Amino acid sequence: MVIENKPKYKVIGTRPVRPDGIDKVTGRAQYGADIHMQGALQGRMKRSPHAHAIIKNIDVSKALALDGVKAVVTAQDLAGPGGDVSTLPDAAQNILASRKVLYRGQAVAAVAAINDHIAQEAVKLIEVEYEVLPHVLDVRESMRPDAPILNETMRTRGPNPGDGATNIVAHTVAAFGDIERGFAECDVIVENEFSTKMVHQGYIEPQAATASWAPDGQLSIWTTTQGSFPAREACAQLLNHPISKIKVTPTEIGGGFGGKISVYLEPVAALLSRKTGKPVAIRMDRIDVFEGTGPTPGTSIKVKLGATKDGKFRAAYADMAYENGAFAGSAAMYATMVITAGYEIEHVKLDGFDVVVNKPRTQDYRAPSAPAAAFAFEQLVDELAEKLKLDPLKLRLMNASKEGSRGPMGMPFKRVGHEECLEAALNSPHYNPPLEGPNRGRGVASGFWFNVGLRSSVNVSVQPDGTVNLNEGNTDIGGTRASLAMQLAETIGVAFEDIKPGVVDTDSVGVNDVTAGSRVTFASGMAVHEAGKNLIKELTTRLAPTWQVPVEEIEFEDGTFKTKDGAKSGTFKEIATQVVGRGVGLTVSGSVNAGFLAGGGFAHAIVDVEVDPETGKVTILRYTAIQDAGTAVHPAYVEGQMQGGAVQGIGWAINEEYYYDESGRMANSSFLDYRLPTSLDVPMIDTIIVEVPNPLHPFGVRGVGEPGIVPPLAAIANAVCHATGVRQTQLPMSPRRILETTLGIG
Amino acid sequence: MSGRTYVSAKINGEQMDFLCEPRQSLLEVLRDELGMTGSKEGCNNGNCGACNVIMNGVLVNACCVLGVEAQGGTIVTIEGVASGEDLHPLQRTFLDDAALQCGICTPGFIVAAKALLDKEPDADEARIRHWLAGNLCRCTGYDKIVHAVLDAADVMRKTPAKV
Repeated sequence: MVIENKPKYKVIGTRPVRPDGIDKVTGRAQYGADIHMQGALQGRMKRSPHAHAIIKNIDVSKALALDGVKAVVTAQDLAGPGGDVSTLPDAAQNILASRKVLYRGQAVAAVAAINDHIAQEAVKLIEVEYEVLPHVLDVRESMRPDAPILNETMRTRGPNPGDGATNIVAHTVAAFGDIERGFAECDVIVENEFSTKMVHQGYIEPQAATASWAPDGQLSIWTTTQGSFPAREACAQLLNHPISKIKVTPTEIGGGFGGKISVYLEPVAALLSRKTGKPVAIRMDRIDVFEGTGPTPGTSIKVKLGATKDGKFRAAYADMAYENGAFAGSAAMYATMVITAGYEIEHVKLDGFDVVVNKPRTQDYRAPSAPAAAFAFEQLVDELAEKLKLDPLKLRLMNASKEGSRGPMGMPFKRVGHEECLEAALNSPHYNPPLEGPNRGRGVASGFWFNVGLRSSVNVSVQPDGTVNLNEGNTDIGGTRASLAMQLAETIGVAFEDIKPGVVDTDSVGVNDVTAGSRVTFASGMAVHEAGKNLIKELTTRLAPTWQVPVEEIEFEDGTFKTKDGAKSGTFKEIATQVVGRGVGLTVSGSVNAGFLAGGGFAHAIVDVEVDPETGKVTILRYTAIQDAGTAVHPAYVEGQMQGGAVQGIGWAINEEYYYDESGRMANSSFLDYRLPTSLDVPMIDTIIVEVPNPLHPFGVRGVGEPGIVPPLAAIANAVCHATGVRQTQLPMSPRRILETTLGIG
Repeated sequence: MSGRTYVSAKINGEQMDFLCEPRQSLLEVLRDELGMTGSKEGCNNGNCGACNVIMNGVLVNACCVLGVEAQGGTIVTIEGVASGEDLHPLQRTFLDDAALQCGICTPGFIVAAKALLDKEPDADEARIRHWLAGNLCRCTGYDKIVHAVLDAADVMRKTPAKV
């Protein structure tokens, strides 16, 4: 669905097969664990069995004595000979704990052996003496003054730092207007308390890294990562090693969704390689992934929303507590930026509390912080619509943020497509026929997420046959070789097939920030556009003497170079073949810093459910995802992002959770017990792509990766409420939870 | 640990001999001993299907089969699904229908879907969803994968296999 005057593109908007596709359907593509180096050793991590304990002693002698074991490392190796392990920063503590373990699964040592089986045996022989401490797992309990303290030096960042140690990392306050006056002006006020559980990104490929430390200190790392440059920087800091001596080569990546930004294995493999003089590969297993990487926070959110009787939102308040896991993070701070961003509300006050608990250090997961915030807020919007007897979509439309509305952090929105998404939902074939049948309900919800900009850099080289190589530094996590090659083809007027994109190592291209924040097609697309323009300029300069005309006489339009009088002309490929085929090489680059938050994207969901009154099972009958893509570069891949986000949201809503026992152990750390949605659990996911071009991008592109996961939690909860008459305030809406709430038991 | 056992099996049409420890899984043998890394490890306990291979005509998780069990058997892995430059219809439709994003689960899905369509060329959406419930994908939401399998079934019915 095209909303407004879109230019006629030749390549953008088509659906070519991705350049890396053949390798991925034939098994040739090399992922993290597929790197097999000659003579490599296999590494394994020793992990804490306790949720909170002081490390009294680590004895590695028996492990080292085992035949086939080549080295063991601990935090002492990070600190260096004679270094003080107690002062290592959080990032170091999280990969090799020194003084204390703060969650079960935290790594305390690592082994390198001639094969993985021996490494596993050696891990069991490492003896760690612990003094077990009381632990805290619940975010609100952890905020209480009598909670076990994780970090004695922590004081709350924010208006009330307090005197003593606390688990509250930060208190973020965002306030606009006059909240008390705002609520006084309301005719209807709704409020409720919501909670969500810690969930995992659930990428199918476990983390895996190989490191090779050469005698001259050159360190080479191959890893499955969402950021080869950030990984290089993290390794440089953690290992106190010059960044210029580290080369990170990103392998193909088997999913990340935010969970493969941090380093876990890379510096440890490097230490083991330095000790042994051999390449060392460490691969996580699935338990390592669940217990030892970074899931996304559980939350406790209290929200209040008021409106006048004609449906205009006047005031909103939220108190949001987000688990940061074992170390300080900023999840709640992000929540304050997004929870009300979809609507024009004059009076707003938001309190965000980032809180440490004895769980893994949390990380981003697709639109981090936003789905839980929307789960709470969008249910109140639904309640308000019921109370006011208004259509829930029309109520949202009446209040929707638009160009000029106050956006996150108080800055006005540029052109955004929230209203257009809502109109598309209202006019959709899904929304119009009413849902029929017993125990069924329909729910809707909106979602907002930023578009991160940051730094991107690409190199473009012309080959003698006039084709073009595009080398970029961002991992291709879901089709960005294609979406970037398409933007270059559009810029220089050639066929998609004439561009050969590649993802290269950190030595071979300028700096690129993370593959995250929905930023690669957007920001690296800007770098590609820049490089394409530079290429045309350089070719024009080189063409002038050949054509014997001044440079100013040559124009480039629609893929063709020509003189202004029309006497001479040639396509890009013809000219490139002439100029480069017989001349010197031609390489240009394009580098941008697209800002931190570069606009935003809205998504919407319509979902029909059926709730089995006897078993409590929620079945998703029908789902329509609607999203503003700005300009859909490759519509099939845009649909794929929307569908993938929707189904991750379905899992989060009805099934997924970190289930802890009393000792602080995750009791369901396998794909059998932590059950991702399967093909049997979901229907086809219908999509409606809305295109309101982003004024911040040369082709109007918006990042599309993340917004699709924001609405489903709330949309499904609203649908369940309409099916059963009971509001769902806690996730997951598992069969047990549904029965407890609908039958009033438990 | 114990000594290594001599194993001989037909893998992707070729007779292959290898030595393996009794504790090594077939997945480990394929990936670490034979260099065939197309079969992936996602869970190592039979829950994700990323290591699916067809062994003696039956779809199995290679992580749950021991390498020594391959003795005298016939195994098809993702590396053996295409014939030379000719992609299998499933490989073609996975590309044309954009049925992969990160691609880590793709080999398992293609092998699993091949095992289904070889026996049930008329499988419908419900049957395909049921059969593929042993394969986890976290990127696509399954929509385009199911479409790709339906489209491949269509192609295969119209053009009978050469083999």
